[in-house]
Amino acid sequence: MLPLFVRSIKFLVGGGFIFVLLIALYGTITAEKPAVTAEQEFHLHPKEDVTFSFDNPVLGKFDVAQLQRGYQVYQEVCAACHSLSLVSFRELKGLGYNDAQVKKLASDFDNHAKQPTLDPKTGDRGERGNLPSDHFPHIPYSGNGTPPDLSLITKARHGGARYVYSILTGYADQNGYKNEKGQELLREFPGAKSPPGTFFNPYFANLNIAMPKPLTSDGQVTYLDGTRATVPQMAQDVSAFLTWASEPTMETRKQTGLAVVLFLLVTTLLAFGAYRTVWAGVKH
Amino acid sequence: MSFPWARHYEPKHPLMQWVDERLPLPRFVYNAIGAGYPVPRNLNYWWNFGVLAGVVLVIQIVTGIVLAMHFHSSGAEAFNSVNGGIMRDVNGGWFLRFAHANGASMFFVVLYIHMFRGLYYGSYKAPREMVWLLGVVIFLLTMATAFMGYVLPWGQMSFWGAQVITGFFSAIPVVGEWIRVWLLGGYAPDDATLNRFFSLHYLLPFVIVGAVILHIWALHIPGSSNPTGVEVKGEQDTVPFHPYYTAKDGFGLGVFMVIYTALIFFAPDLLGHPDNYIPANGLSTPAHIVPEWYFWPFYAILRAFTADFILPAKLWGVLAMFGSILILFFLPWLDKSPVRSGNYRPLYRLSFWVLIVDVLVLGFCGGSPAEPLYVMLSQIAAAYYFAHFLIIVPIISRIETPKPLPGSITEAVLGKSA
Ligand code: HEC
Ligand code: HEM
Repeated sequence: MLPLFVRSIKFLVGGGFIFVLLIALYGTITAEKPAVTAEQEFHLHPKEDVTFSFDNPVLGKFDVAQLQRGYQVYQEVCAACHSLSLVSFRELKGLGYNDAQVKKLASDFDNHAKQPTLDPKTGDRGERGNLPSDHFPHIPYSGNGTPPDLSLITKARHGGARYVYSILTGYADQNGYKNEKGQELLREFPGAKSPPGTFFNPYFANLNIAMPKPLTSDGQVTYLDGTRATVPQMAQDVSAFLTWASEPTMETRKQTGLAVVLFLLVTTLLAFGAYRTVWAGVKH
Repeated sequence: MSFPWARHYEPKHPLMQWVDERLPLPRFVYNAIGAGYPVPRNLNYWWNFGVLAGVVLVIQIVTGIVLAMHFHSSGAEAFNSVNGGIMRDVNGGWFLRFAHANGASMFFVVLYIHMFRGLYYGSYKAPREMVWLLGVVIFLLTMATAFMGYVLPWGQMSFWGAQVITGFFSAIPVVGEWIRVWLLGGYAPDDATLNRFFSLHYLLPFVIVGAVILHIWALHIPGSSNPTGVEVKGEQDTVPFHPYYTAKDGFGLGVFMVIYTALIFFAPDLLGHPDNYIPANGLSTPAHIVPEWYFWPFYAILRAFTADFILPAKLWGVLAMFGSILILFFLPWLDKSPVRSGNYRPLYRLSFWVLIVDVLVLGFCGGSPAEPLYVMLSQIAAAYYFAHFLIIVPIISRIETPKPLPGSITEAVLGKSA
């Protein structure tokens, strides 16, 4: 038999941790409740009332016409500020464009930004036009805030495409803005007034985003396929395009998955049969 | 090292005989996972998870080696080499990456089930203490491997996770800060950190393989336990591993692969955190820094210690977090009950299920923001966690009256008639 001292170490250690936890618990219970913030009361989750062709995790596909419209919105509006650095022009073939069209899209992008060059002899920096083999170039920006690169944006935010859609269509007038409970923002939280250079948008984490409302009026983009370019339509199209940009291999992934999972289901069924056959007559 | 009725290896092919006489590897495999290893006939599906863990380890190593061929371990390039190169330019790279990232999650699912199986059926008790101890070593090594792997894609959670976890060490008095800087190779995570983590992330899985071999070796001395916890008494209690358990494990593996591939192909980002798709930025702290889901229970224990009492709260948290795992090493000596299986221990069984709920609550709190309600919950749940292992189980093992055990495995399977 171990001496009593050794045998009671477990109770001492356990009791010690529990004692300190109880002190901590007492501290948490008696602590002053932290003040409610404007973000807690007014931040909204991404809108649920918009659907995308790729929503279904197994069967959902991209709508190629929508991706082309979305690229048009990105190209004509967002590319003034946002880069797309992980995507290359040649990948736009995934939107249904042919080689000649991709070449044209690449050189059309020159009006936003070109590819940097370095003369190997003189060390001089220069520029050249975009080619299909290039990635989208870096976009210089001098306004307020830092526009994030959009290559992974739908993966980098909770809610994905719905989040981007909600940001684009979620700008609101801060004066007199009320939440579902009927609280008026500036009356409850006078300190929440948007700082200069930011704009009120309840879908943004801290309610005030440095991006000026990019999609301002219907018809801002003239769609080549004749679709009416309402603000929600443009927002939805560009969100779909950015989902494609975040994972151009999504369709391949789902299609491969369907084949793999079906194959494995059949294999598993056969394995179950083998298991039953082997064990037949052996009680277990 | 086996039962006297274990079958002996007889080479069927002259080539195998030639090999076996010079290097008895075929014999070794036959005795380890072939017909030469007698196993209790009554194992249920909870016994599938050891083999599954082995399979996932192999999957992680294979996918990891190929990923490493395309990975750049520098702060400037790591994020793009994963999210640009591997995900977009490498043929099938997206599959490898999703298989590896979700493989890590599935590894922990399997390990946790495997460990709780051991807890319920008392598999840690004599004569299998060494099997259990090696298991806890494997668990610790896997946690270290997964943590360092998560740093490699160099996203926001990679960076801040490395910052927070290495920050634990600065809680150690006097030398803590020095240790932290030594581990990171700098004052904050940087190229030096990324490179050493990559090196160790490549190394540790092979150390795990070594520990797994010892784990199985130790297991094969007494042989597998079983749901009754009654030891094997004779040949009628066992069946040869092959074909009986190869067939059953094969079926289990099929079910596992269906779930695992469904995750890879249909919901690859479900268990990840969106912030890790943002490149690491030492100047912008994420709103909520959370580790991967499999660390949540331990993270909750760490954060539950919010009061300074003799020692600073942070040091208590770190001690408790490491302590919560180290306790498992002592379990074979904390639970003195001679009865193994929870099926015959009414009080222990009850405490087991309360522990399961407790760990789930801890996990939930660990993944939630540190708001008062969640902190309170985790303080209660953490206290119960320690109470379970250090107070409740030792006491139960003294006062409990177990239900009568069956005379043998065969009797349990066939009923009294046998
Ligand atoms: C005038 C420049 C400008 C234009 C044009 C613009 N953005 Fe932005 N965008 C910004 C800036 C600046 C930010 C950073 C906001 C901040 O962090 O407060 C931003 C942020 C964002 C974010 C990230 C919000 C977050 O959660 O961090 C998204 C998504 C976004 N923009 C999408 C778009 C889309 C889609 C378009 C085109 C329809 C667009 N932007 C056009 C400047 C612009
Ligand atoms: C015990 C087994 C292993 C576990 C638990 C594990 C875990 C992880 C995790 C969690 C990640 C981050 C995944 C992500 O977010 O993308 C990762 C990445 C990585 N692992 Fe492993 N890994 C294991 C074995 C290996 C092995 C054996 C190798 C190489 C020989 C390897 C190479 C890599 C590489 C190169 C990355 C970075 C690429 C990426 O992020 O996808 N891993 N690992």
